[in-house]
Amino acid sequence: MSIGHTLLGLLESGPRHGYDLKRAFDEKFGHDRPLHYGQVYSTMSRLLKHGLVEVDGIEAGDGPERKRYAITEAGITDVARWLATPEKPEPYLQSTLYTKVVLALLTHRDAGDILDNQRSEHLRSMRILTDRKRKGDLADQLICDHALFHLEADLRWLELAAARLDKLREAVTR
Amino acid sequence: MTIPAGSLLTAQDLRKVYGPTTALDGAGFSIHPGEVVAVMGPSGSGKSTLLHCLAGIVMPDSGSITYNGREVTAMSDAERSALRRSEFGFVFQFGQLVPELTCVENVALPLRLNGSPRREAERTALAWMERLEVDDLRKKRPGEVSGGQGQRVAVARSLVTNPRVVFADEPTGALDSFNGERVMELLTDAARSANTAVVLVTHEARVAAYSDREVVVRDGKSRDMERVV
Repeated sequence: MSIGHTLLGLLESGPRHGYDLKRAFDEKFGHDRPLHYGQVYSTMSRLLKHGLVEVDGIEAGDGPERKRYAITEAGITDVARWLATPEKPEPYLQSTLYTKVVLALLTHRDAGDILDNQRSEHLRSMRILTDRKRKGDLADQLICDHALFHLEADLRWLELAAARLDKLREAVTR
Repeated sequence: MTIPAGSLLTAQDLRKVYGPTTALDGAGFSIHPGEVVAVMGPSGSGKSTLLHCLAGIVMPDSGSITYNGREVTAMSDAERSALRRSEFGFVFQFGQLVPELTCVENVALPLRLNGSPRREAERTALAWMERLEVDDLRKKRPGEVSGGQGQRVAVARSLVTNPRVVFADEPTGALDSFNGERVMELLTDAARSANTAVVLVTHEARVAAYSDREVVVRDGKSRDMERVV
């Protein structure tokens, strides 16, 4: 999963401090794997270097300075491009897809489009496997079937997510 | 939506309302001869209504459907039913074979309705049954064959008139995955070799994987994935 894009997406709703970003990330996407502070700061400095975020203000306090980050126009374009590009079909995609869907809902983009594009990408792989299966021997058929069942499982999850988009929107924007 | 050149059947900006429900809200579609297009989307999205409009079974409230250069919405009921009988074939999920007739009589039925003599119709029917690997069932009645066999008989019937377009609405919905895939393989092989277009409504990805491309229907609007991405 792209942590950079996810943090950028979270900034679309307004500027935040690094600490707020970590908290928002953990709450929405990091149930099993919360981010380390180090990851947040190294990611933000990379995004800063590439012009995708800018420093919106610095608070001086007792501890280290706290920078407030804001997304730039280039950053918004980058998030949009990431969301619109389907993932390569491979096992255990769900966390990336889930993140994309939630970010689309949070930023008022069309989450249905993301799911449609992903379905299309999966079907492209499934057509290649189906074709190979039709022309192949029994061993080929069994190998292709295994891959097809895995891709189908992804798609079932995707259809379920599509059917629950309204509920998910309510839950994540609450 | 621009219509791709060489399309056999196209629809543009279809709208259809049933009481308070909007089934189609600006949907479009196009298919070439010999192409297999899957129509996908959640239940209630309007995909069956789209299929019924394309097949001339249901008239849209507005929009245009052209088949081979002719405007389907401008045809009379009689013209549309002649079109369905001579140019289109149909496969549904279940309940489509006439229980009183034998399998070969079922397959021959569309030819008989078009006026073919019995012997000739049944000879053609049997050739299609051989192709679908169900010729040994010729004398059985639908109640005496399995679901998978019955569906192959139905596919043979849909192809017996050499239609230009076959409309298949969840054709494997009542079958297990092995039988479902065999039906899809036989249907798409036969259709492609006869240059017959297939409009395939399905919610199953493994079935849709037998298509050349998919159109997604959501809230009565369609999205041609090949031409969007």
